[in-house]
Amino acid sequence: MITAERKPLEELIEYIRPYRRILLVGCNECVTVCAAGGRKEVGMLASGLQMALLKAGTSIEVREHTLERQCDPEYVEELVPLLDGVDAVMSMACGCGVQEVARRFKNKPVYPALNTKFMGASERQGVWAERCMGCGNCLLGETGGICPIARCAKQLMNGPCGGSTSGHCEIGDEVDCAWALIWERLKELGQQDRYVEITPAKDWRAGKGAGPRKIIREDLAE
Amino acid sequence: MDNFEPVIVAFCCHYCAYTAADMAGSQRLSYPPNVKVIRVPCSGKVDAMHVVKAFEKGADGVYVAGCLEGDCHFKNGNTKAARMVAYVRRYMDEIGIEPDRLEMVMMSAGMGYRFAQVATEITDKIRRMGPSPIHAAIETGKAA
Amino acid sequence: MKTESRLEKVLAAGHLAVTSECGPPRGCMPDKVREKGKYLEGVVDAINVTDNQTAMVRMSSLAASAILRQEGLNPLLQVVSRDRNRLAMQADIIGAYSLGIDTMLCLSGDHTKFGDHPMAANVHDIDSIQMIQMVKQMRDEGLFQGGAEIKSPPKMFIGAAANPFADPFELRVLRLAKKVAAGADFIQTQCIFNVDKFEKWMEGVRSMGLHKKCYILAGVTPIKSVGAARYMKNKVPGMDVPQEIVDRMAAQPKEKQPEEGINICIETIERLKKIEGVAGFHIMAIDWEEKVKEIVERAGLLPRPVV
Repeated sequence: MITAERKPLEELIEYIRPYRRILLVGCNECVTVCAAGGRKEVGMLASGLQMALLKAGTSIEVREHTLERQCDPEYVEELVPLLDGVDAVMSMACGCGVQEVARRFKNKPVYPALNTKFMGASERQGVWAERCMGCGNCLLGETGGICPIARCAKQLMNGPCGGSTSGHCEIGDEVDCAWALIWERLKELGQQDRYVEITPAKDWRAGKGAGPRKIIREDLAE
Repeated sequence: MDNFEPVIVAFCCHYCAYTAADMAGSQRLSYPPNVKVIRVPCSGKVDAMHVVKAFEKGADGVYVAGCLEGDCHFKNGNTKAARMVAYVRRYMDEIGIEPDRLEMVMMSAGMGYRFAQVATEITDKIRRMGPSPIHAAIETGKAA
Repeated sequence: MKTESRLEKVLAAGHLAVTSECGPPRGCMPDKVREKGKYLEGVVDAINVTDNQTAMVRMSSLAASAILRQEGLNPLLQVVSRDRNRLAMQADIIGAYSLGIDTMLCLSGDHTKFGDHPMAANVHDIDSIQMIQMVKQMRDEGLFQGGAEIKSPPKMFIGAAANPFADPFELRVLRLAKKVAAGADFIQTQCIFNVDKFEKWMEGVRSMGLHKKCYILAGVTPIKSVGAARYMKNKVPGMDVPQEIVDRMAAQPKEKQPEEGINICIETIERLKKIEGVAGFHIMAIDWEEKVKEIVERAGLLPRPVV
């Protein structure tokens, strides 16, 4: 999923201070799973914002709503009837959702409530870790299912570097050395030969190297 | 505010804290009427939103009372509650409400005296702290 | 012979080669570079010029190398993949060769977290092994990494680093094999204090015949103080400093510690000379360049051969 974390409250208060009524929109997908922008978090934030502004001597009305997703225009459309008299929108979705809402409602300022972080997976309840950088040309088949681009601090494709210590990355004990993990996995799979092969320099055009990307399915796009 | 009497909301788990409250009652141990007891099946069932809403509605203090460490009827509901309370205290700090207005306490079913003691101590503490800034703002809004 | 590099000539002739290091200054101070170079004149076969070492900005290794070349010395250009993409690297390599620099080292580079710009991006467009492949292709096929022809290719003697002390140990020989397969002509190792562990690594290296395919220069460092010994032992990733070394340093009073550090260094060199496959030494005397001559002399490696 795409993970995110709520921005500090003071940053959000600065965004909405000039307004009398805002719409706070959550998203039922990724940000719900990482407990950052789902229905519950919308409730918590609405309450916190209202209390903080009440304490400062002003008041604000925060309308709450959570969409199934904010990255599909069909769902964003559902916000139309909720925007009556609303001065601004604050979105608790990832950056994708915020942009789609902003695209649809050009005459309303749209603010992000979250800092979108990374594409990752749950390690255990309450802990999410980075797994994928969207490089566009997946090499997980060669590295025992562990990504060196997302999980190696230097995105080495022929790692590990000389800083790998006791299975940890040189940047800290809390980070596993991706290549130590890859090597262990390749051994378990009997694929040690893959390690010896040199992975040649990457063509970054499949990734960010060729500018913002788009996928078009001709059978589905009109 | 003169003669300020705080409003305290106490989320009490059925198996320990609420039973202790009952015991305090049957032992004629008095505790301040400021404390409004809400019975929950387990302290772990208390959601952060319940606590935050209590403050939003003007509560001056809130506490979550669960079983003693290791004794939770649902295994670890009390530890989850303690984590939730720590999380909401940090949120309160961001909002501008003193985190000390929220506490996690633990007791066993037989501790009627402790229930009364905690209720009294917390009420005294909150009375000294004064009304919560949200309570004060609501009152100001009404007067205006 | 693949290049005109003095280092290659010394190694090819069968002598034990000696290299050392020069860290460029953190400002526009070309005289500082010349000063450090002066300590190493006639003492070593090549001088490594580090590239934003420990992710701290310094005068570029290319500029400092050019200054050393102007003084008639033999710089060894270090290039890290952390700060440049492949275009900039190839441009620097062509530029370096055009300035008379013919020996280089391909490295990943320490993470920016350790340096004075932790907020900067870590580029790593290519990694150190891909860099070796790239330079070899430039030299031997006259082609850029992208495939176009190079008019007058750089004839670089290509080096890489090896760390026998990092984890996982079983990978350290295989990684060297990859670097050799990619085209590394010579290797400089991380500084050696644990000679036993190094010997174990060399056994693996010899079993794969790697010592015959590339020249291995063993890294050594003289320790200045017991504090420095402890720091290297505990705080530097990938360093193996046995407790007995720390104890030896601690046993000396403060004024005698530098001398003991140099003694340990020379003893290490003598032990390393006896290991089959060791083709030379890389002496890293950070901020202590003035002692390198004494070390090389007492290790019986002076005068440097004429090639």
